[in-house]
Amino acid sequence: MTKDIQFTLNGKRFEVTIDVGMSLTDLVRSLGNKGTKVGCGAGECGACTVLLNGKPVNSCIYLAVWADNKEVLTVEGLSAPDGTLSPLQQAFIDEGAVQCGFCTPGMLLTGTSLVNSGKHYSDEEIKYEMSGNFCRCTGYQGILSALKKVLNSK
Amino acid sequence: MYNIVKIIEPRSFSEALTALSNTPDLTVIAGGTDVLVKLKKTQETLSVLSLDSVDEMRSIRKTSDGSLAIGALTTFDMLMNDPLINEHTPILKQAAGTMGGPQIRNRATVGGNLCNGAVSADSAPALLTLNAKLVISRLDEGEYLERIVPLESFYKGPGKVDLAYGELLKDIIIPKDSFRCRGGYIKYSRRKAMDLAMLGVSVLGIVNESNGVVEDFRIALGVAAPTPIRLHEAESVCIGKKLDQDLIKAVCDQVVQGSHARDSWRASKAFREYLMRELTSILMNSLIKEGSLHD
Repeated sequence: MTKDIQFTLNGKRFEVTIDVGMSLTDLVRSLGNKGTKVGCGAGECGACTVLLNGKPVNSCIYLAVWADNKEVLTVEGLSAPDGTLSPLQQAFIDEGAVQCGFCTPGMLLTGTSLVNSGKHYSDEEIKYEMSGNFCRCTGYQGILSALKKVLNSK
Repeated sequence: MYNIVKIIEPRSFSEALTALSNTPDLTVIAGGTDVLVKLKKTQETLSVLSLDSVDEMRSIRKTSDGSLAIGALTTFDMLMNDPLINEHTPILKQAAGTMGGPQIRNRATVGGNLCNGAVSADSAPALLTLNAKLVISRLDEGEYLERIVPLESFYKGPGKVDLAYGELLKDIIIPKDSFRCRGGYIKYSRRKAMDLAMLGVSVLGIVNESNGVVEDFRIALGVAAPTPIRLHEAESVCIGKKLDQDLIKAVCDQVVQGSHARDSWRASKAFREYLMRELTSILMNSLIKEGSLHD
C-alpha cells in the first residue's frame, strides 16, 4: 500500500508517494539527505535523530506517513544557504567534538533543539537532554564543550 | 522498511473505534516506539490502525469532579511539562522523566506504556499508587460503550492486559483525592537513561504533621513480579501508625514478602529484594521529612 504525503524538508516542500511501511530515515535518505544515519535501527542510539516540528525524534522508528504536513529538519538543513555553518556546527569543529562522525548529525540536531528553545541549561541538564544520543567513540567531553559554548553564549 | 501492508489513519476517536469494529486483525499503534521495534524482530506483516492523527486523545484536563483525565496518546514529554501534572501529581512527572531518552519521550505515549503490558512500564507504579482508573471504549453494533477499570485489575499477566479486540483506551483518570499524597518514584537501572528498570518503586502517602501518624499509604513495584503490582499487605501494616524507623522496617519486610520477586537476566531475585528494601526505605524516609499538605 502506498500513500501520497506532502511535507517540508529543510525548508523545501516535497510531495511524494511512499510505501506505508517506509521509515522517516529511509524517506529523507532517499531524497539525498544521507547525513541521517542508521545506527541501531531500534530507537536506542539517536544516530537517526531528526527534528520533527522542532522536536528531536528517532526517525528509524517513525513512519514516513506520519510526516504528512509536518516540518522535518536534517543535518543538511543546519547551515545557511551560502554554506555558513550554524554556531553549533562551528563549535563542534572548534571544540574537537567529532571523532568518527557517525553520531555527529544526531548530536547536532538534538543540540540544535536545545539552542532553539532559548532556555538556559546546566551541565547536568545538557547531559540529560543529550542522553538519547550515543557516541561510541565516547568523545562526550568535546561534544559537551561545544554545546556549553553555544548554549551559554546567549 | 517495515512489514506494514495496510494503514488506517483515523482523525477522531470515533473514527478510530469505527475502523476497529469494522476491520479484523488491526494492530493499534500510537507512538510506535514499542510496536515498530518489535515488528523489526519478526517476519510478521501487519495491518495497522495508527492513532497518530487523533489529536483529541492527546490532552490533559480536569474533569467536572476535579479529577485529572489524561488522554491515552499523551506523550511522556507532555507529562513532564504539563502544569496540571506538575501541580497535582508531580510523581507522574518524575516517573515520566526516567523513561527512555528525549527522542523516545517525544513519541512514546502513556496509553501505549500501559496497553503493551510491559512489566517495566515506568508510568505504571506511579499510576498504581495514584489509584488511576482507565476509561476503555468500544462500539457494540454501532452503540458507543465505555467501561472503567482500575489500573490494578487491568494487568492480567506478563504482557497481558484487560483489553479486548475492538476496545481502545481513551483516558487515564486520576482521582482528586490522590492529589494530597506526597512521595516519589525511584527507578533503579544500570544506566541513567535509555535503559529498562531493574526495579521501580513508587510510594505515596499522607503523614499527619502534628502527630506523625500515617493517614494514607500506597506502594507499588515495577519489574519485581510478572506485572506491576500494588502491595496492599505492606500498606495495611503502615496505615494508622506513627512513621518511624521500626515501621519502615516492618513495611520493607512485608514488601519483600508480597513482591513475588523473580530472577531474570536483568537482575537476580536476591538483588531485587535488596533493592526494594533500600528504595522503599529511601522513599518512606522522604515522607518523614516532607510530611504532607494541609487541606
